[in-house]
Amino acid sequence: MKYVSKPIRKTDAMALVTGKPVYTNDLAPKDCLIVKVLRSPHANAWVEEIKTGTARQVSGIVAVYTYKDVPQNRFTLAGQTYPELSPYDHLILDRHLRFVGDAVAIVAGENEASVDKALKRIKVKYKVEEPVLDFHKAKDGKVLVHPENDWEAKVPVGADNRRNLCASALEESGDVDKILSECKYTVDETYHTKANQQAMMETFRTYCYMDYFGRLNVVSSTQIPFHVRRILGTALDIPSSKVRVIKPRIGGGFGAKQTSVSEIYPAFVTWKTGRPSKILYSRYESQICSSPRHEMEIRVRVGADEKGIVRAIDVYTLSNAGAYGEHSPTTVGLSGHKSIALYRHTEAYRFAYDVVYTNMQAAGAYRGYGATQGIFAVESAVNELAHKMGMDPVKIRELNMPVQGGPLPAYGDCDTAESCTMDQCMERAKEMMNWDKKYPCRDMGNGKVRGVGVAMAMQGSSIAGVDVGGADMKLNEDGSYTLGLGCADMGTGCDTILAQMAADCMETPMENIVVFGVDTDISPYDSGSYASATTYATGMAVVRACTELRGKICALGAQMLDTEPEKVDFDGEFVYCKDKKVSLKEIAVKGTCGNNQELQVTRTFSSPISPPPFMVGMAEVEVDKETGSAKVVDYVAVVDCGTPINPNLVRVQTEGGIAQGIGMALYEDIQYSDKGAIRNNSFMQYKIPSRLDIGDIRVEICGSYEPSGPFGAKSVGELVIDTPCPAITEAIYNATGVRARELPVTPEKIALGILKKDSEN
Amino acid sequence: MNLSFWLNGEYRHEEVEPDTMLLDFLREKGCYSVKCGCETSNCGLCTVLMDGKPVLSCSVPALRAEGKKIVTLEGMQKEAEEFGSFLADEGAEQCGFCNPGFIMNIFAMEQELSDPTEEEIKEYLAGNLCRCSGFVGQTRSIKKYLEYKKTQKEGAEA
Amino acid sequence: MLKIKDYVKVKSIAEAYELNQKKSACVLGGMIWLKMGNRNVSTAIDLSGLGLDTVQEREDEFYIGCMTTLRDLEMNRPLNEFTQGAVKESLRHIVGVQFRNCATVGGSVFGRYGFSDVLTMLLALDTWVELHQAGRIPLPEFVNQKKDRDILEAVIVKKTPLKTVYLSQRNSETDFPVLTCAASLTEEGTKTVIGARPGRAMVAEDPEGILMGFAGMSRKEKKEAALKFAEYTAEHMSFGSNMRASGEYRKLIAKVLTRRAWESLGGIKA
Repeated sequence: MKYVSKPIRKTDAMALVTGKPVYTNDLAPKDCLIVKVLRSPHANAWVEEIKTGTARQVSGIVAVYTYKDVPQNRFTLAGQTYPELSPYDHLILDRHLRFVGDAVAIVAGENEASVDKALKRIKVKYKVEEPVLDFHKAKDGKVLVHPENDWEAKVPVGADNRRNLCASALEESGDVDKILSECKYTVDETYHTKANQQAMMETFRTYCYMDYFGRLNVVSSTQIPFHVRRILGTALDIPSSKVRVIKPRIGGGFGAKQTSVSEIYPAFVTWKTGRPSKILYSRYESQICSSPRHEMEIRVRVGADEKGIVRAIDVYTLSNAGAYGEHSPTTVGLSGHKSIALYRHTEAYRFAYDVVYTNMQAAGAYRGYGATQGIFAVESAVNELAHKMGMDPVKIRELNMPVQGGPLPAYGDCDTAESCTMDQCMERAKEMMNWDKKYPCRDMGNGKVRGVGVAMAMQGSSIAGVDVGGADMKLNEDGSYTLGLGCADMGTGCDTILAQMAADCMETPMENIVVFGVDTDISPYDSGSYASATTYATGMAVVRACTELRGKICALGAQMLDTEPEKVDFDGEFVYCKDKKVSLKEIAVKGTCGNNQELQVTRTFSSPISPPPFMVGMAEVEVDKETGSAKVVDYVAVVDCGTPINPNLVRVQTEGGIAQGIGMALYEDIQYSDKGAIRNNSFMQYKIPSRLDIGDIRVEICGSYEPSGPFGAKSVGELVIDTPCPAITEAIYNATGVRARELPVTPEKIALGILKKDSEN
Repeated sequence: MNLSFWLNGEYRHEEVEPDTMLLDFLREKGCYSVKCGCETSNCGLCTVLMDGKPVLSCSVPALRAEGKKIVTLEGMQKEAEEFGSFLADEGAEQCGFCNPGFIMNIFAMEQELSDPTEEEIKEYLAGNLCRCSGFVGQTRSIKKYLEYKKTQKEGAEA
Repeated sequence: MLKIKDYVKVKSIAEAYELNQKKSACVLGGMIWLKMGNRNVSTAIDLSGLGLDTVQEREDEFYIGCMTTLRDLEMNRPLNEFTQGAVKESLRHIVGVQFRNCATVGGSVFGRYGFSDVLTMLLALDTWVELHQAGRIPLPEFVNQKKDRDILEAVIVKKTPLKTVYLSQRNSETDFPVLTCAASLTEEGTKTVIGARPGRAMVAEDPEGILMGFAGMSRKEKKEAALKFAEYTAEHMSFGSNMRASGEYRKLIAKVLTRRAWESLGGIKA
């Protein structure tokens, strides 16, 4: 293979590094109306009266819309396959405002100054009600976040708006309580993670215009072009056939743009006014009214026998949906499915959850999608279990980890791990970290201690039986190919790795392949780039499309050679039969003249299983025992992503995921005022890691071969954010004896924890 | 108000509002490489050179450019390609949205520091946030690039 | 959004002072803080054409023009030699080089921000401010005055020989500080300043004279004095809570940093 498994440069790289205008706001027409949204200052309020007259009088204002102007169809903004598991609980503008930052009115004008002025002139009388701000008290509480009658859960997920329940379920196998009671060692602890922001550098943004067919064209920074098309149809109460969605280059997503956060506003404005319009979310809006990670509180009970075999795991997750239910019934599932499955000897498990509505910012999808939270909890609990047993936390994992051909308890999306090198990942990580020498800690002699910590993780590769990848492969007249895609490259490089696969399938240079994506009018249907689906599912679609196109090329070649298709071979350049041959270019030209055989294939792929990628992460953390400052000086990651299609991109994905995980573990905090306003509403108050906060990150790939994946590949993008939280908190424990069960672990928590521990001794 | 300044080597006379920030002004003039990532001067995406020094164009009133030399990535395309290939060879450009500001600051660093250590590199570039790469791939590319520039310079001197 | 009606690049400080007497006028510093607000400014007064953007080393003082950037202050060799690198240490954590190329000394000092690293540092030195109307006054006096419409022309650091050190505690490397601490030792005596309490930086008094005669103490005595004074400071200063830390933690950090600062000035390596 010439391209697969090679560190190929991204095909769009040079445009990006030279700063070419390729992003949404670089492309938006200059005459776009500026669209902004008036945001609710209250966590739970009703619009009693709204006066827009003077706002409309501001020079340059084209439209001001309130709840009275919008269609009354409820919908979800979640980018999910229809029928979505997320409840239909949204309107474009609602009289009932459910969190600080909820949309009250839309203003569109010729320029930003007039829009800002008009926003100030809108007079709203709010009827303020008591908000639900404690997610422990939301379920069956007296205040309802969604009291409306037209609230609808399209799919039974245990949701009940009369109980503030967005989803609820119980899954179990075996008698957990009995087995736990038999276990010599048990741990029963509760872990709490916050609503982290994806904080991609490009905030949410969209522009819209009408075309000559009277259709609404939407250019948006999104991971889900096809879902946006449907969502806008429903929200605007127009046929989706009237909507076309185009995705340019995207400045990062990490799941944030798997929710249709910004599209509805300019779409509505353009549809109503007929004029092009755009919305650019400020960082402030991206922090307070977007789609962050779900806050979760997870109780884990885990038990092991005297030898260290983990026999039972009981997980209860309380997840905070916030004011709307986007991705809430689904993220919570991963908190159990992807964590319990890490322990293959589990004889019994129970996984129960409640997802509750509160009057806080609605959560969404963030890399890891619930697995990050669940793995933090279960891996932390297993670390605590190891310490109770006096066993090395590496050892307990060696005894219990998933193995190739072994079971994946509670996972549900495939019974066995057909490809798995977790054992080799652990062995290699141990070597790289020099674990045996460094565990549990080393005193550095200056008030500083370095501890090490370990965690395992797994994710999925696409949503089994749901996600659809699409690829369209076409031979052009000049012998080049066009690869049409419906998945969304958001910087991750899927346009490149899919072209790598296509190039090897067609035995052609990569330069001979033009990648096109995404335009919902032209691209093959694809669910979008999320759920770690693209490499795996869209990759398989590419392989299938290419395989079939090869057949068509051979057939036409055979016809030109006056022979049977079975008798020819194709080497990428020529179709030949013994000593006769015809070039690809000749075939391509033939395809355009007197030809009845299309040289274009569209293929779709959906997998009945979701093969998990695996990894081991090890952190070395230096703690200043007096101040509690903790720095990850070294992070080792060994990843099994099946066949790495592009080792460079696998590595960068891993490094990036780990850095985000470090932020989640140590710095990124979400704090609310007692009125329900987010205080971390900027990059000044929500500190993501800078390069000074990140020590060494060392990544190795320990690939397996996934039989159901393209070239043996599985996913990697989400998996890599899952180990830092448990590995870092464990390293801090090993350095200081302080066990952090709530993130982020700030210096304050560590320092005061050390003091408390010292005073107890 | 009137503004006369150098933009990427070209002397320009422009009209500008008193409260227009350099960032918005530069984008208006077609310098789309200059990006906005926050409103609080924290992200570094809007970094441009003003008389050779890296500044946050979001925080500089356009009128402060009077008589000054402003350089954006549009004015350093060759250099961007040169460093950019090292970044691309690590795959560390990723989404690319932070790249222009980041790369402008590398050029500033090259002018200011000779033979910087890894710690010095990290400190100089600390104001350039990136959410994709985890920074380590960026650091690798900078070290390789500086090494290459050094060899090139030594070659020229020899 | 900040709105500016008129923008005047003044020709003299006197002109700036005249313009600034109107309440809706505003002197522009580095614009970092100002542009985040929602102010309507009638006249924005730009001092950048007055040559007040450098650090001049004079015989007995450093004359730091109000428009000197934090980066220029950080990179000023004589000033850093004079302060043994403490000035650089007090600045290098502030966001990034580009940020410090924008932010000005005048803006930082005039704003009297609680979180200010620079203010903590300057208060530990023999620092004065030069105001157009009020003339030269000591910095501690200035920071306790109410903001008025005078123009801050320069910050002056007297070359009183000293040993000084700057320390800060931060949740992450480029964040605002959770606590700042600057200490200095001169022939006259000692000075310790604690900032980001989170209130404005304050001098930690030593009424019991714990640090008296510090320079002449033995190593052991220095160590004991550093600890005792640290405990005294933590006990007698007031600390509050904000998003970044609780008062309780700040109190703990005040003790740690004060002790470390004095140990450092006493030549004691941890």
